[in-house]
Amino acid sequence: MSVLEISELTKSYPVPGGGEPRRVTVVDVPRFVVSAGEQVALEGPSGSGKTTLLHLIAGIVAPTSGRIVVAGHDMTALGEAARDKVRARHIGYVFQTFNLLQGCTALENVAMGMAFGTGVEAGRARELLERVGLADRADFLPRQLSSGQQQRVAVARALANRPALVLADEPTGNLDRRRAREALALMREVCAESGAALLLVSHDHDILSQFGRVETMAAINRAFATADGNSPVETR
Amino acid sequence: MSRVPHHPVALLVRRSLRQHALSSAVTMAAVALAVGLVMSVFSIKDQARNAFTGGTMGFDAVLGARGSPLQLVLNAVFHLETSPGNIPWSLYEEIRRDPRVALAVPFALGDNYHGFRLVGTTEKLFADFEYRKGRRFEVEPGGRMFDPTRREAVVGSYAARRTGLRVGSTFQPFHGLFFDPDTQHEEEFTVVGVLKPTNSPSDRVIWIPIEGVYRMEGHVLRGSGEVYTPSPHEEIPDEHKEVSAVMLKLRSPAAGMALNQTVNRQGTVATLAWPIAQVMADLFERIGWAHRILTLVAYLVVAVAAGTILASITNTINERRREFAILRALGARRRTVFGTIVAEAAALAGLGSLAGYVVYLAIVATAAVIVRAQTGVVLDVLAWHPVLVAAPAGMTLLGALAGVLPAFKAYATDVASNLAPAS
Repeated sequence: MSVLEISELTKSYPVPGGGEPRRVTVVDVPRFVVSAGEQVALEGPSGSGKTTLLHLIAGIVAPTSGRIVVAGHDMTALGEAARDKVRARHIGYVFQTFNLLQGCTALENVAMGMAFGTGVEAGRARELLERVGLADRADFLPRQLSSGQQQRVAVARALANRPALVLADEPTGNLDRRRAREALALMREVCAESGAALLLVSHDHDILSQFGRVETMAAINRAFATADGNSPVETR
Repeated sequence: MSRVPHHPVALLVRRSLRQHALSSAVTMAAVALAVGLVMSVFSIKDQARNAFTGGTMGFDAVLGARGSPLQLVLNAVFHLETSPGNIPWSLYEEIRRDPRVALAVPFALGDNYHGFRLVGTTEKLFADFEYRKGRRFEVEPGGRMFDPTRREAVVGSYAARRTGLRVGSTFQPFHGLFFDPDTQHEEEFTVVGVLKPTNSPSDRVIWIPIEGVYRMEGHVLRGSGEVYTPSPHEEIPDEHKEVSAVMLKLRSPAAGMALNQTVNRQGTVATLAWPIAQVMADLFERIGWAHRILTLVAYLVVAVAAGTILASITNTINERRREFAILRALGARRRTVFGTIVAEAAALAGLGSLAGYVVYLAIVATAAVIVRAQTGVVLDVLAWHPVLVAAPAGMTLLGALAGVLPAFKAYATDVASNLAPAS
């Protein structure tokens, strides 16, 4: 059973400037499927559309055309508020820069991961912190934690709402090699324990080598493939 | 381990206020000042109006020399202002015997003790006068009312506290209604009683027998139209006596209308200030502009406080765009982000309003001390007034409205571009 199913997905942006109105396509994925509980790595250089693809899957940006089904919900048929709801209930997100709420403690950050979906369960938030080895750092603010500890909080937060799919955007990009391996191992373990599928994008071969299934953006994204390996556009 | 709030908005508001502690504190201080000021202006105005125009003075009318009824009331009832002059004793006798008058008490003024007025009067004031329904002057234990034939004094509670006079104390009055250390009389009066507090202008008065005023060194009487200086041990003929005012309790409102017609319209010698409450109400009407200016200033401070909320939150919006993007990535809806900012603005206003009660209490307590010292009228610091609910509620609502503009900016935050960096 698939937890993510993409078909004929495109995302294009208007190109600023005078003359004929032009659009540039940054994502063109004919088909991409992730099964429930599966762990998939997506490889691609900067500008290959990885982040945009994750944003599309998460419903943060709307596609130009095509279909994205997450945990049985057709994201492309939903309005923004409904996509927010699906994201809150079924998707966990881990960012390269951790993106923790700086004013909130580690425990509160984890609680925020479930606040907009399943609702806050203080006990579960504590369990998750304990699971990632930070039970004794629950009341610490992000700035009081090391980068590795911050990423572990981010992992705990991503799993707080019992997601069907965890999206990880260069989650180890800001960690040294040893910490990157530890963070990845932890992420894979806790995803496996909770039954969540993991879709991780990275260009780090050390990270990619640990996945059984590795897809390349060049292979799945026709927009990138036709741009001769160079970034077709600014993706932000 | 800390507790986790069940509502994310409450947590976010709390954390944001803490993160921006300095600007939050400054904003709340501005709100506190505004709310405290509004509450004070309305509460003090209404309390003062009630105190000065309500039934607390006990008398219905004042009869005095021809002139301004307001001056008469301020002088005789509130013991402020100068005296408009005296009227002959015969007028007092005439009005005392008038069947429409239930009680007439003569007042003779002209001296003070360290700024507290000496009022010469008769025992009727203590025996028959009710300063409030069912309440007569009472002396504190150990004291008594004065003997009208002796140089004795009964001191109002506030005057006693401020001058240090107590039963057994002796003092020499000073000439005039305002204190001048070079004008001390030689006569010595003995305090025989201190009145229990009445929370009225009477608390600021030192009461002495009316004869005491007449016989004070340097005082002359002109009741007959000629100058008469009383001699010791010689009874003063009534024709020479005069009084500063006659305080009247009337049998009915119709009596007041009739006396008003007789004294003010047909007569030329005296003035009847009736009803006292209306005279004071007219005064408040005349000085209504002062209240309107104070109200305007208070509202301006409220506007500034609302502007401070707007500026303080707007200033944080740009630095918080990433926070909003993170919240949205976690599944928060745009309206949740919007609501968080509005709630934060309302919280700033609400917490500031709570602090406004402290400002209010400080202002009213200070005003009460001043008003009491100047007039004897007591303002109740803890008195109920609808503005005590309306002002904080209105300010909180206004604060929430001030948060709408920055909330829209937060609402419009683009998630993708603020979740940097892209890979």
